[in-house]
Amino acid sequence: MTNALEIEGLTKTYGDGFHALKGIDMNVRQGDFFALLGPNGAGKSTTLGIVCSLVNKTGGKVRVFGHDIDTHLSDAKLNLGVVPQEFNFNQFEKVFDIVTTQAGYYGIPLKQARVSAEKYLRKLGLWDKKDTPARMLSGGMKRRLMIARALVHEPKLLILDEPTAGVDIELRRSMWTFLEEMNRQGTTIILTTHYLEEAEALCRNIAIIDHGRILKHTSKRELLQQLHVETFVLDTETTLESAPELEGFPCRLSDEGALEVEVQKGQGLNRVFVQLEQRGIKVVSMRTKANRLEELFIRMVEENAHEASGDVA
Amino acid sequence: MKVQAMVTAFNTIVIREIRRFTRIWPQTLLPPAVTMTLYFIIFGNLIGSRIGEMGGFDYMSFIVPGLIMMAVITSSYANVVSSFFSMKFQRSIEELLVSPVPNWIILAGYVCGGMARGLGIGLIVTLLSLGFTRLEIHNLPMVVLTVFLTSALFALGGFINAMLATKFDDISIVPTFVLTPLTYLGGVFYSISMLPDFWQGVSMINPILYMVNAFRFGILGVSDVNPFVALGMILVFIALLTAISLRMLKRGKGIRH
Repeated sequence: MTNALEIEGLTKTYGDGFHALKGIDMNVRQGDFFALLGPNGAGKSTTLGIVCSLVNKTGGKVRVFGHDIDTHLSDAKLNLGVVPQEFNFNQFEKVFDIVTTQAGYYGIPLKQARVSAEKYLRKLGLWDKKDTPARMLSGGMKRRLMIARALVHEPKLLILDEPTAGVDIELRRSMWTFLEEMNRQGTTIILTTHYLEEAEALCRNIAIIDHGRILKHTSKRELLQQLHVETFVLDTETTLESAPELEGFPCRLSDEGALEVEVQKGQGLNRVFVQLEQRGIKVVSMRTKANRLEELFIRMVEENAHEASGDVA
Repeated sequence: MKVQAMVTAFNTIVIREIRRFTRIWPQTLLPPAVTMTLYFIIFGNLIGSRIGEMGGFDYMSFIVPGLIMMAVITSSYANVVSSFFSMKFQRSIEELLVSPVPNWIILAGYVCGGMARGLGIGLIVTLLSLGFTRLEIHNLPMVVLTVFLTSALFALGGFINAMLATKFDDISIVPTFVLTPLTYLGGVFYSISMLPDFWQGVSMINPILYMVNAFRFGILGVSDVNPFVALGMILVFIALLTAISLRMLKRGKGIRH
């Protein structure tokens, strides 16, 4: 199967000498739902900016559906839809004009552009705002407007740079549903996000980037298998004064008076409940302290930071 | 990108530009109309009647071509510089950068948008001038050619200014400190034959002098310079500024990191 995106040895050094990317290799398969994760300043937006032609690369190769951006940039761009991190539309233009104008830039005749714009504005719940100047929209509406604009030419690869930043939970969930539907219909999706539950819920493959290098590039399943310890928060019926001693499970009281229990991979939770039952402690609810991907992500980034500081020393 | 798609993209940019300057017509179309009417009344009627003839014509007839040209130059430049810089400032230029539109189409679209405003203003000022004087066109092809090429040239100038600008101050420096003085000293209000030899020589290095005189030749049939040399100069400048603009776009000067 063709790769939607192929990146080889991508480097970027900004004018001030900052090495944002230090040789990135990354592939995204056609039809994939892919997450590019990393802390602030890791190189996520620079990578996607180069793919979208908003940033000039220093070295390396980028191919979109086999089209090299050095030699066939126009063909590569025709396959791409981009939802940037920050609002980047003319605030004074009307919603409908913004979307149809974008279609025009892709060479779509006005009549066809209007049909496509209506389709996506309706899907994203913005049709009743079509004559509203963009500056009058709420933050969530502006995000959806950028998604409609990115889809108006029906790209095969949709790139979203933190699409749900600053969006309330209800809207975030509805955007997830929309993106999953787009992906089911065949659109390859790459997203960056700080909400790791978002990546865990939506994506099949993941790359973790930090300090301009890819730390991990694998499937979500394989990545999560690397998680050796998970922390569960158990809400007890009565407030405990101290944490009980549980054989084989480190345990402590959290700030809220609930129990935090560390469970090694393969240990199973049954023995925790048996021991709590023996001590007369009744558990009324349970949740993971952080989502699994978040635990892994934090561990990897911390390890990388530790290694980087070791290098310097 | 296929040819038909490029035509659509070009039309989209031009229509967007026209929609922009007509939407804000009190800022774009009205001020030059008011200013030029004041010039006609004050310089043409009140002061002009005491000046008498210039270049063989009454003063009002003499200044009309220059004032039309001044309005065209200023408006063509202002439209592109303000529109393109606003897109840079709001980052909506990224809409174009991520799309497959070739750089030369982007440039052509903005230049034609600037020309649409410049020529529109030129038409408005010409119609206003008919209220003050009779216009008899001496050489229509020269009039049309000069006004179109001059408008294109200054739209290109505005584009380069917008590419280089990093703040709003930067887009007013050139119009205020370069364009306005060159226009006022470019023979709009006087014939350079009135000047001492030295200042006539200095005036000859002012490119706007050639454009104003070529246009005046088209309308009145008189000129301080050879109008065909003027046309040649405009074409050379257009080629030069087009090359600079395309190079800047390719390198992403000020628009790509």
